[in-house]
Amino acid sequence: MAAIETANLTKDFLVGFWRPRPYRALDGLSLSVESGEVFGFLGPNGAGKSTTLKLLLQLIYPTTGSAHILGKPVGDVEVRRRIGFLAENPYYYDYLTAEEVLTYFGRLCGISAADAPRRVSAILDAVGLGAERRLKLRQFSKGMLQRVGLAQALIHDPEVVFLDEPMSGLDPLGRRHVRDLILRLRAKGTTVFFSSHILSDAETLCSRVGIMAQGRLVASGRVSELVAFELKGWELVASGVSDELRAELEPRVQALHPLTHGRYTIQIAANRRPEEVMTELTGRGARVESLNPMRDTLEDYFVRQIGAANPRETASV
Amino acid sequence: MRAIALVAGAVFRESVRDRVPYSMVVFAVLLMAASYLISQMTAGQDLKIVKDLGLAAIAIFGLLIAVFIGIGLVSKEVERKSIYGLLSKPISRPQFILGKFAGLMLTLLVNIAAMSVAFYGVLWLMQLVNPGVELAARAPATDPRLLIAIGLILVELAVVTALAVFFSTFSSPLLATLMTIGLWVAGHFNADLRHFEKVIDNDAIAWLARVLYYVLPNLAPFDIKAEVVHGLPVTLRHVVLTVAYAVVYTGVLLTAAVAVFRRRDFK
Repeated sequence: MAAIETANLTKDFLVGFWRPRPYRALDGLSLSVESGEVFGFLGPNGAGKSTTLKLLLQLIYPTTGSAHILGKPVGDVEVRRRIGFLAENPYYYDYLTAEEVLTYFGRLCGISAADAPRRVSAILDAVGLGAERRLKLRQFSKGMLQRVGLAQALIHDPEVVFLDEPMSGLDPLGRRHVRDLILRLRAKGTTVFFSSHILSDAETLCSRVGIMAQGRLVASGRVSELVAFELKGWELVASGVSDELRAELEPRVQALHPLTHGRYTIQIAANRRPEEVMTELTGRGARVESLNPMRDTLEDYFVRQIGAANPRETASV
Repeated sequence: MRAIALVAGAVFRESVRDRVPYSMVVFAVLLMAASYLISQMTAGQDLKIVKDLGLAAIAIFGLLIAVFIGIGLVSKEVERKSIYGLLSKPISRPQFILGKFAGLMLTLLVNIAAMSVAFYGVLWLMQLVNPGVELAARAPATDPRLLIAIGLILVELAVVTALAVFFSTFSSPLLATLMTIGLWVAGHFNADLRHFEKVIDNDAIAWLARVLYYVLPNLAPFDIKAEVVHGLPVTLRHVVLTVAYAVVYTGVLLTAAVAVFRRRDFK
């Protein structure tokens, strides 16, 4: 059974004060996310990602189309007992402590008063806020609020989790923490639907991705299906390259860019053997620091798709 | 019912830590200072003045809490987007509205109870310091009938809170505040609209005034301060009818608030 299913989901907002006219934020989205999948919902700002999430949580109503979660229509209040949601830049109650907010949300999700302290304690430890449990939220930083948001989304152990830009506002350590958390959810079989524009995260975490542009789903599928992983060339970093050697190499390689401290990045075409360049470099006193294959990434694919949907946007990327 | 109680509990906890304690302190300080000054300056009327002042202070501070916290209950959640987290839980939009209303009513009840204790404390002290203070007044210093006046203030605040919640479901906090306070003021002069045809010779305007009389809240009957302070009778019928009116009016306002809130998109 599909955990999340939308059919021709469309949302128009009225814009303009005196003569309001409809603006289509989401255009006929038909999507199916299987149970246990981690689905990455990607797209630039204004692509319709948050609108989709709000429709799935019935924070807004569709103009046309329908959406189901775990086989129930999104309007079914009871189905929300089985789902968790983290909004983008979440904000909660200034004068309540992290412990109180989580107890409140946990109890709304059906956790008993007796069970709540244990569950709250466990989830606060899991998101790394164990020591701050009795601080009022007005004293929390943006990153800490993001963790409270994650905790409230997961406290009742939901079957489906929606995360809107979960890495937003987090430092590198916090992002790693969230990545590990999503991996743990994946291992447990929880369905995770997360929107992001951080493509490296999507590449590592997602079983499938969907790419949105201008309110439309322009591509969806497994990362391995979307991105051709054939070799595009080699990238070599070398130091101690003399000016003479540099001048000799430049016409024979694809590209040669200077880095700091006399180092160079040398790009070699896929049909050439990198060993030849390496031998020449080491034979003339230079040192090879690294050699990496160049392959298509999800980012390349993403830029191409967004570019096809909106050429002006890619021109600025 | 459980969801409503949980939302109400959270509203109460947040409100108590927010502005309410400060208003109580301000109230208590004002009351003490005023009663001391008045007892120094007036002869014979000091008890009535302190009772008048005390009841008025309870009504005004209660109104401020009902309007400013009441408006923020819904609009602040929408503005700061905390509503996203809450409505993604198994709670319906009507439960959200009713929980918010119940939470503020609980806050008002506790706040007014605390102010009443301070009020009775001052009256008791006045009586203790000057046992002759009751002679000039028709009613005893710690008159239990003051509780009826305080009770009707609380019931009136239920109507005001429902107005604040209703307006905040569709308008900006500033506009909702202005409309609520405007209707509170209009509500105290509403009775004048009933017999408008006697002062104006225009059928259309008289008809409009009559419609407004029935639509706008009629808050004058909730004000029995003068009767209680001066020892005049207040009938049980008046109290029961006034409470019944408040129940119906509040019910209609909350139903309208739910109807608007149910259809709303949270962009």
